[in-house]
Amino acid sequence: MGTITKLLESLLSGLSLGSIYALIALGYTMVYGIAKMLNFAHGDIIMAGAFSIIVFTATCGLPPIVAILLGIVFCMLLGVTVEFLAYRPLRKASPLAVLITAIGVSYLLQNVAQLLFGTSDTEFPISVGNSALALGSVSVKYSVLLTVAVTGAIMIILTLFISKSRTGKAMRAVSEDKDAAELMGINVNRTISVTFAIGSALAAVAGLFYGMAYHYVGATTGAMPGIKAFVAAVFGGIGSIPGAMLGGILLGIIEKLAQTYISTELSDAIVFGVLILVLIVKPTGLLGKKISEKV
Amino acid sequence: MKKVLSMVLVLMLTCVLCASAEQTLVIGGTGPLTGDYATYGTSVRNGATLAAEEINEAGGVNGILFDVKMEDDQADPEKAINGYSILVDEGMQVSLGAVTSGACLSLIEEAQVDGMLVITPSASQKECVQYDNCFRVCFTDPMQGVYAADFISDNAIATKVAIIYDKSNDYSVGIHDNFVSRAGEVGIDVVTDQAFTSQSNIDFSVQLQAVKDSGAELVFLPIYAQEAAYILTQAKSAGIEATFFGCDGLDGILTKIGEGNTDACEGVMLLTPFAADAQDEKTVNFTTKYKEQFGETPDQFAADAYDAVYAIKAAMEQAGITDLDDPDLNEKLISAMTEITVEGVTGTMTWDAEGEPSKSATAVVIKDGAYVAYSAQ
Amino acid sequence: MKLKKATVNKLITYLMVIGMFTAIYILNEGGYLSRQLQKMLVPICINIILAISLNITVGFLGELTLGHAAFMSVGAYSGCLFSIAMKETLPMAARFPLAMLVGGLVAAVFGILVGIPVLRLRGDYLAIVTLAFGEIIRNVILNIDFFGGASGLKGTPRDSTFLIAAIVVLITMFVAMNLQSSRHGRAIMAIRDNRIAAESAGINLTYYKLLAFVLAAFFAGVAGVLYGHNLASITPDKFDYNRSIEILVVVVLGGLGSVRGAIIAAIIMYILPEYLRFMKDYRMLIYSIVLILMMLLNSSPAAIAIKTRIREALSGVFKKSKKTAINGKGGSEA
Repeated sequence: MGTITKLLESLLSGLSLGSIYALIALGYTMVYGIAKMLNFAHGDIIMAGAFSIIVFTATCGLPPIVAILLGIVFCMLLGVTVEFLAYRPLRKASPLAVLITAIGVSYLLQNVAQLLFGTSDTEFPISVGNSALALGSVSVKYSVLLTVAVTGAIMIILTLFISKSRTGKAMRAVSEDKDAAELMGINVNRTISVTFAIGSALAAVAGLFYGMAYHYVGATTGAMPGIKAFVAAVFGGIGSIPGAMLGGILLGIIEKLAQTYISTELSDAIVFGVLILVLIVKPTGLLGKKISEKV
Repeated sequence: MKKVLSMVLVLMLTCVLCASAEQTLVIGGTGPLTGDYATYGTSVRNGATLAAEEINEAGGVNGILFDVKMEDDQADPEKAINGYSILVDEGMQVSLGAVTSGACLSLIEEAQVDGMLVITPSASQKECVQYDNCFRVCFTDPMQGVYAADFISDNAIATKVAIIYDKSNDYSVGIHDNFVSRAGEVGIDVVTDQAFTSQSNIDFSVQLQAVKDSGAELVFLPIYAQEAAYILTQAKSAGIEATFFGCDGLDGILTKIGEGNTDACEGVMLLTPFAADAQDEKTVNFTTKYKEQFGETPDQFAADAYDAVYAIKAAMEQAGITDLDDPDLNEKLISAMTEITVEGVTGTMTWDAEGEPSKSATAVVIKDGAYVAYSAQ
Repeated sequence: MKLKKATVNKLITYLMVIGMFTAIYILNEGGYLSRQLQKMLVPICINIILAISLNITVGFLGELTLGHAAFMSVGAYSGCLFSIAMKETLPMAARFPLAMLVGGLVAAVFGILVGIPVLRLRGDYLAIVTLAFGEIIRNVILNIDFFGGASGLKGTPRDSTFLIAAIVVLITMFVAMNLQSSRHGRAIMAIRDNRIAAESAGINLTYYKLLAFVLAAFFAGVAGVLYGHNLASITPDKFDYNRSIEILVVVVLGGLGSVRGAIIAAIIMYILPEYLRFMKDYRMLIYSIVLILMMLLNSSPAAIAIKTRIREALSGVFKKSKKTAINGKGGSEA
């Protein structure tokens, strides 16, 4: 096999994995950018979304489109509820307290899923098939193209929403300064709820694409992709929406290139090593804003 | 009045104590019941409980009933010691060890001091039975690697073999290393050797691409069924034609792969002492009862645990134990272990002083979505 | 003689810990402890050491790190290798302290390695870099066959006893509490409270940040050595980011910067899941709910307001104001 083909194959599998990371990272960065909290439970909302889609299709027998929509609604409700019960009371507490609570929520969701769906992985019922688009010596699966297209579209819509819409402007205001935003007549609690609803809806979409790509969902499914997407979001500059997309796709590509050319078992060390190098050179990530400091 | 009442109570208590002259043997084990590996611990608990119920229904051993207690260790050596200690506090007299190897290694250090009989269903690392009081039901990892290489070469299944294994799992590494060294001796050419870790066990595109490019006729998968399900479904969409071949960890692959993907494991071969779909009376009985009670098909872990409890029964009978307060209970049971023969669902077993079982593995192949015994063409 | 409030606080913490250890030691020697409790003593001490050491970076310096388990693993592997090599040549009384020293020093070297990029990064970026370091170290240990790979490093003598672990806890406490009230400690906490002001007051940021990282790494390494000598084998997967997070949970729950809080929280968080075993499969579910509730009760402004009101009402009764050590505010109490 030619070296060019090998490189292309590797890049394409990186794109396929990276687009899933990007989709998850979008949700992470969205919540972080507005609410200024690391929602460690985001990965588990993805798992909850995937399981809810399984329940709506396999158990309730609904057609896939309806099930997906219901799954998104379920995740939005879940996200808003979690925010209301666990994060809102800590709005004025130290960020670390919120972080630990989010970890608690993550454990909680995993354990509930394990009790409900058992300890082994469940098959994901929706699939887009294996048909692929031939491009010379390599072929791209339509499912990968679909994931990239959806992630790109979401990125553009989110960027427009935040910069143009009224709610989006309120979000930016809240992200800049909660107290000042409140003085300007913005309902901070409502704005943060909306942020969580959008973030969780994105998680449901990520759950859908994850399930379609890898066919199985388990109680701890969200954990590792969640961590890697978090890394991707930081890589791209946490809080930046195009940064999350770029970070996710780059992370996927670096991981696959490292696996192809260096070592499959050391790929994680390589990915994290690249991350550290990037952050040392550019301490706020690829597209992150420079932090302004107040004395 | 109070005096009378207390006397009546004392009398009643004495009667209760007299009536329950039959003794209960507490059999304790630890295993992951929550967390990432919970599926293995739950299977062991189910299998062992089922065997104990059957034995108790039949009247126990010399009137002694079995009580199986499992403590959660989350596959962690420290928590395994905690679990073992709780069980000792609760009167455990025979231990099922721990389900996973790392946890079991720590546990036997404690059990060795106590001199208690340990029969682990599934801890396959070599050192898990290094003490005289320790026995196991499953194969050791090295043994399986050698078996697999011999089987592939004896039946002329393939000469060009690719391997995908889990570098972060001791079971997988153990089989892998011994397979590779044996392969060279029996004329198998390992054309590509691909690893993954538990941090990246979802996307196997690079490993599968390497397999495809290597032109391997057979892919050896010394891993567990969960990851194998991911690999097989992705291999199908990558258009890999090679035969997939696994060890006992692959057992349960048909359930794990799910109804929608059954075709992805068509033709998969596995070398295992237990096949849930075998038609012999024992397996049918075990599988039916297990499904009724727990709603799933039993896997290797459940079968090993079931046999472990029956091995304890056989040792009790061989040693002629009628009283659990016997001060030499441990010694009697341990020396009985090497004298018994157990016809279990994972085959007919005897144990040597090393603690290793001698039993044979059968090869099964998946045809039309069902396990069938392998027959050489 | 009138003692300073901080000194009284320190004395209370020492008395509490020494009293507790003595009581447990006597009970243990007398055979009054259940097997379960006996076996939990060393792990609890290890958790206390880890919590106090992480408190130096997270509580004193105010930098979130998610890779503390990596220092523990480096210490555990180097200390255990030392003990295995010296098994025949040195008696236990000399070998084990030396092993702890080796483990701690090697971990401290890694503390410097991690500390250098830290000088450029802050906040969540630093957190992710420490997480990344932890994962790299674990991944590399897994792939070096000399360390035993996935099946782990075996053959370490099981030297850890409650007495030794308790002594190490006391040393860690002593160092951490003295650091807190020393010039160095005040400089470190000044960096936490206002970095720019601290810098302009002439505090050498590089030196003090590295000092905090190195100290934290050293004690984490020592804890790792104790851990390795308590078990028959150590495997890389026991030092993943989940363990780092478990330690962080203890530190935050105990109150940032509070040594006494860290000790109490370490004990509670180790014992809690063990005593929830009767809940069977619901154990970890209940644990997560308790964790969330504890955070809400400890840190939410509403709950703190209620607690303050109760305390005021009580002090009205007893005519004496008392200060509770555990709260999430991060004060300078010992």
